[in-house]
Amino acid sequence: MKISIASGKGGTGKTLVATSMAASLATPGTSVTIADCDVEEPNAYLFFPERTLLERKECLVPVPVINEAQCTHCGKCSEVCAYHALAVLPETVLLFPELCHGCGACKIICPEGAVSETFRSVGEIFRAQSGGVEIVWGELALGEARTTPLIKAVKDGAEGETVIVDCPPGTSCSLVESVRGTNFCLLVTEPTPFGLYDLNIALKVLEKMNIPHGVLVNKSGMGDRKVYEYLEKRNIPLLMEIPLDRKIAELYSRGEIFAEKMPQWKAQFAGMVRRIEEMVS
Amino acid sequence: MKQLAVVSGKGGTGKTSIVASLAAKARGRAVYADCDVDAPDLHLILQPRIRERREFFGIKRAFIDRAKCNQCGSCQDACRFAAIFDFQVNAALCEGCGVCKLVCPAEAVEMRECLAGYAYLSDTRFGPLAHAELFPGEEASGKLVAMVREMARDLAAMHKLDLILIDGSPGIGCPVIASLTGVDQALVVTEPTITGEHDLERILDVAKHFGISTAVCINKYDLNPEAARHIEALCEERAVIVAGRLPYHPSVVEAMVLGRSVVEMGGPVADAISEMWRVLEKQL
Repeated sequence: MKISIASGKGGTGKTLVATSMAASLATPGTSVTIADCDVEEPNAYLFFPERTLLERKECLVPVPVINEAQCTHCGKCSEVCAYHALAVLPETVLLFPELCHGCGACKIICPEGAVSETFRSVGEIFRAQSGGVEIVWGELALGEARTTPLIKAVKDGAEGETVIVDCPPGTSCSLVESVRGTNFCLLVTEPTPFGLYDLNIALKVLEKMNIPHGVLVNKSGMGDRKVYEYLEKRNIPLLMEIPLDRKIAELYSRGEIFAEKMPQWKAQFAGMVRRIEEMVS
Repeated sequence: MKQLAVVSGKGGTGKTSIVASLAAKARGRAVYADCDVDAPDLHLILQPRIRERREFFGIKRAFIDRAKCNQCGSCQDACRFAAIFDFQVNAALCEGCGVCKLVCPAEAVEMRECLAGYAYLSDTRFGPLAHAELFPGEEASGKLVAMVREMARDLAAMHKLDLILIDGSPGIGCPVIASLTGVDQALVVTEPTITGEHDLERILDVAKHFGISTAVCINKYDLNPEAARHIEALCEERAVIVAGRLPYHPSVVEAMVLGRSVVEMGGPVADAISEMWRVLEKQL
């Protein structure tokens, strides 16, 4: 079972939910994996200070190498590159590695066989263990723009019966890559105009991808009732509410998993996961 | 012309509420650009009257003509993004590289431009606004950010305004880099939490990498004063100024619900933002 946690708007509580859900499901004999796909700003591991690092590796992507001795500077590689990653000058070829998607078109088109490939690192993948929870996360190298290779690597590295995928904010390709292949997506929102507007966009992504979904309203009690009216009107299941509570916010601010400190919440999370399992099967 | 971008590593730290308030302070003197194109919220407060809509074409995508396809499978073997299955292209996986077209012996592949969103030129009560919507799940958000910023520059030239205020997206990747490139000043909004501090360090590193002058705003500083002090020490170590410290107060959400900026509501957060605006104006 793979459950993704997404939102659209940032800061609605995805990581808060992912970490508490994992802590609630991890019992002796049951392992739970968190795949933190927010590779720009990975945070889930911060909530497991006792973790033991099991693995750390570079995330490598292919990138062209031009053999200047064979190159005639005909310019075909630059013309074919959809990402403007190659510029052919009279004397040399310039490569902009951050723009390259590693598609291999330049290598295919070169009439001189002057293009070969090597690999470059776009970030790192980490795997750690803390009690019954395994955490896999990626860290995008500074100045890098493309997140999808790292997100794929994080998901490939997250095995186990139960995987909780903590998604990045937003509704573009990073979200698509993160939720792809998950059995269910839990959308975390807050009952405010911003929360609702972005929830609506994220829902469209999930509908397009045919991923079953439900909503968790975090910080309930603030804002207005429009999110609830929206869910009712569209018949989208409201699976849980977490109130706006200074104690929860303070625990979070210190990097503590709130369901560990307020154990009455563990049953709530476990119950919600049971309901999700029923909805999926 | 000066450009100020409001960004954050962590999402939900209050960028848009702060930009709307800074817009109220800069009323009549600036142009605004909502560069959080895949979760745009600034328009909910600025309530634009749209003057012009422009189409945004993102990446090209491959289409296979089944009548021409001889099912040789060359395209499937060559595609590095596993986007072709059963001689059909999965549009969600296609990155538009065109390798399938290159290797196809039957000329069955066509690369087509795809409409991926809209960009808008609008009027608001605070001045002109450039904004956009990326269609759900689309790629190339950085390219749309670049388009919005270019439109904002045109608006500024047309209205003879010399400040552009940019609302950025969370993170450090493609749309954030596109929002930060070439700005005169970045304001990074953070909150006093362990995740806020971690994400602040990453975005400060990115701003430094691109050589951008940066100031920090600690939002909800009183939620965890110890963590806030920690962030201040971190900023001092990095010689980054703390331009503002905003208290936690219900007026922020109340303003959002009413479609108003916090500054228009008044209260302790409004006062703190006004103070921050004075500091930022001096920086610019």
